[in-house]
Amino acid sequence: METLLAILVGILYTAGFYMLLRRSILKFIIGIIFLSNATNLLVFLSAGLVAGSPAFIKDGNMQAEKTADPLPQALVLTAIVIGLGILVFTLALKYKYFEVTGTDDLDQLKKTDD
Amino acid sequence: MNTVILKIASRYVRGLLIIFAVIALLRGHNFPGGGFIGGLLAGLSVAFKGYTFGIAYLKKHMSIMPEWFIISGLVMILFSAIPAFLNKTGFMTGEWYKITLPLAGELKLGTPLIFDFGIFLAIIGITIIFLFSLTEKE
Amino acid sequence: MSKILLLYLIFSVLIFFLPKKLAGYKAIVLMLLQVAVFIYFISLALNTPSGSTVIEEIPWIPGLGLNLVFVADGLSGAFALLITGIGALVFLFAHQYMKKYENTGGFYLQLNLFSGAMLGLVLSGNLVQMFIFWELTTVFSFFLIAFFHEKEESRKAAFQSLFVTGFGGLSLLTGIILLGTVTDSYAVNDWITHADEIRNSQLYLPGLVLIFLGVFTKSAQFPFHFWLPGAMQAPAPVSAYLHSATMVKAGVFLLIRLTPALGGTPEWTYIISLTGVLTMLTGAWFAVTKTDIKSILAYTTISALGILVLLTGINTMLSLKAALVFLFVHAFYKASLFMIAGLIEKKTGTREIENLGGLVRYMPLTFIFATLALFSMAGLPPMLGFLGKELIYEAKVQSPGIASLVLILGVTANILMVTVSLLFLYKVFLGKYKNRGAIPNEKGFLLLSGPAVLGMLSLIIGLFPEFFAKSVIEPALNIIRDEKIVVKLELWHGFNKVFFLSLVTVLSGAGLFLLIIKQEKVITFWRKINTRLFAVNFSDVFTNFLNNFIEFSKQGTKSIQHGYHRYYILTIVLFASALLTLQLMVTSEWKIQAPLSFRPFYISGVVIITALATIFSIISPTRILTIISMGVAGYGIALVYLYYSAPDLAITQILVETLTVVMFFLILQRLPRFAKLSPIRTKIRDAVVSLFFGGIMTMLALKAIKINFSNPVSDYFVENSLSKGYGRNIVNVILVDFRALDTLGEVTVLTVAAFGVFLLLRKKSEP
Repeated sequence: METLLAILVGILYTAGFYMLLRRSILKFIIGIIFLSNATNLLVFLSAGLVAGSPAFIKDGNMQAEKTADPLPQALVLTAIVIGLGILVFTLALKYKYFEVTGTDDLDQLKKTDD
Repeated sequence: MNTVILKIASRYVRGLLIIFAVIALLRGHNFPGGGFIGGLLAGLSVAFKGYTFGIAYLKKHMSIMPEWFIISGLVMILFSAIPAFLNKTGFMTGEWYKITLPLAGELKLGTPLIFDFGIFLAIIGITIIFLFSLTEKE
Repeated sequence: MSKILLLYLIFSVLIFFLPKKLAGYKAIVLMLLQVAVFIYFISLALNTPSGSTVIEEIPWIPGLGLNLVFVADGLSGAFALLITGIGALVFLFAHQYMKKYENTGGFYLQLNLFSGAMLGLVLSGNLVQMFIFWELTTVFSFFLIAFFHEKEESRKAAFQSLFVTGFGGLSLLTGIILLGTVTDSYAVNDWITHADEIRNSQLYLPGLVLIFLGVFTKSAQFPFHFWLPGAMQAPAPVSAYLHSATMVKAGVFLLIRLTPALGGTPEWTYIISLTGVLTMLTGAWFAVTKTDIKSILAYTTISALGILVLLTGINTMLSLKAALVFLFVHAFYKASLFMIAGLIEKKTGTREIENLGGLVRYMPLTFIFATLALFSMAGLPPMLGFLGKELIYEAKVQSPGIASLVLILGVTANILMVTVSLLFLYKVFLGKYKNRGAIPNEKGFLLLSGPAVLGMLSLIIGLFPEFFAKSVIEPALNIIRDEKIVVKLELWHGFNKVFFLSLVTVLSGAGLFLLIIKQEKVITFWRKINTRLFAVNFSDVFTNFLNNFIEFSKQGTKSIQHGYHRYYILTIVLFASALLTLQLMVTSEWKIQAPLSFRPFYISGVVIITALATIFSIISPTRILTIISMGVAGYGIALVYLYYSAPDLAITQILVETLTVVMFFLILQRLPRFAKLSPIRTKIRDAVVSLFFGGIMTMLALKAIKINFSNPVSDYFVENSLSKGYGRNIVNVILVDFRALDTLGEVTVLTVAAFGVFLLLRKKSEP
């Protein structure tokens, strides 16, 4: 299963990066989402996969069986929520940009000061 | 989307969402859940109401402005840091106090719980601001 | 001594809080400070035996072995006396001179801070510390030159001096660090004790050259001399203080300071002597043909600095003695002349020598003091300047090695100096009064006090040099040579070779002067030679170099910063992929150990659906389908989390994904449709690059799986979650307890994002 998930990570990165290279800003934002998903999955994956044993402490026997690693989970959880913040902020920027310039084209963003 | 069914359904669904949110918050320390999840759930309930009645309606009838959620959340987080500060342990070290209640037995209260509650509030406020802002009409 | 420097800092601020009545007397207050410090150093000189040092050491960066060291010995004491003494006179002068200008508060602040920095420089016993003060003087010099910053010339000159001396300062630092690695210390004393070690080191020559670059730029040596005439844009007090008496001498000071540590080698002698000779000659040569009085003074200053550097280079007891005496000689007459130049400019409104003349009738006192100063400059008896010149000749005659060349060029330079002095005196004060402007006067006695004191000092010390020799020159010389030397100065040396040379100098100088006055053609011819001989104007070379450099940078920036966002990303990602590929190939011990399997099948199904949704989201033609399939992919990932023991992640992912889709739909109605912007070829190129990147990331993921580093951090969390955090959900305990500060940071980021969104999209309030 790891192999399959690794391939999924690759696909997500490919998709995210491809979208990042598009001129449309909306696609660009979607690209960011894919990239953050891909990275989350990569971090999650690199800790090793453990099925059906969440990182909870059970009563009685302390850690008899192998449980999932809690640290990457905490990291990814943070990353997911932050990702939401980034997404909404870029969306707002995008909207403002469209409102001001009337275009969706990133190439119009070339000049910084006029 | 101004249908009667949705309106009636929304009332119960929202109630359920809020209850879920609170449950998620409270049991977060021992089971899946916590401030983030609770906050997002509660935020979703607001979003749901917004879909049903329109965000403009919601904005008008909102009794607490979302900024206050964020502010009170952050204040609570700061508040949770005070005991550790007074005890001169590391910043934001968790402090726990055991209270024995007559019926419920031993209850452990700690600053991380307050911290979690602060996150809960802040996330609610942030979600609502996101929703409101994105639907702002010129 | 550190307290004295602090005092300068305090006074610089204090002058802004003077009571109303005293607010106009900022300069006087600062002058009093200078006088006080002057007296302190005098008493220090009188109360400590010659050749002893007072050292104050304060720990600074002990980890690097750096201490703040303040050293008051004969040498630094002599310089400190110059700095504070002339400083007091300059402040007195400035009080009157700057009255008409605005923003004098800032001016005095900078001047006083400069004074403190200069004092810090000469008192430094640690070269890194000295470098800091060195750069501070550069910076204040920049501000002071740019006092009339509304004039473009002023700004240009200020920038030029900053650039040249700043460049030198950096070279100096590099040199200090280079040689510091030899001794493993930056303290001057350590350098002196390890002098042989340094001189025999391979780093000696490069380090020496770098330090020389610093010295030569600061002390306006050829070919870096051009900034000094430019710096004459500064107000007269600044020229008198920084650009004649103190700051430009910093280089000479450093040379003298380092002589025991680095001097005595052929490299030292030849590089310094040659530069000094060239500078001395260039300065004097150009001074004759200049018509702006401040410009004349600037070029003679360059010449004098050349002499000082040369004398340091000759590096005999006599030459160092001559250097020390000449240091004072020059400071006395040049500061005085700069003040007089400022006075003349103030009263007549011009600095052009051709428009002046006959001022003796209106400004008799000025004439007297100017004569004293100019006689000192020309080296005529009975001034101190005569004494200095005699000593210089004596040193040159006895200098080893290149004596004859040095002597010939030196005499030539001095002849020119005599001519310049006489020309200055004649053209400005004698002859007819040509200026059509107001009748000049001598009102404002403070303006003349400086030249008066300095002129009298030149005369008195010239006549009775014993006390001066005993209390100032001798201790300084003792420190440099590290031996007991009894210094005797006498005006009259008797009829010897040196006196004969002096006679030749004065007579030739006077002859040249007469020739120039009688024959107008001579000077025009001279100027013609100059333009032929020095077809390159150094200042222009500098400007051109700078402009070309800026142009080059612009072109470079343009080609890198082209403004196309996606090419930036392309560059970054390609580079990152290349690095990753390299790393993946190098770390061969990370074996890929994951066979392809599809069990359990329902998760395989989820993964495949997620992959398909992702791909569909790229190629779908409409926005809504893109977003929905993006959502599907997100939910798919959430299911993966759920199956692999991360319920918290799964719930959060689902909620966030839902919110994401909701947000997209909220704003989508008000956004345009996807436009087809890229041609097919671009798309193929992007797809290839993306696939490459994705492939690399897959490899990375495969390699990263199941790497076990020795002690996972998580073990700590797992063990202590229940006992210390009282929670069974370890992920949540990490978030709210163990790593609560990180979570606080996260919430803060989200808050900032929320307010950012709010501000970006808020309705414009109706006016």
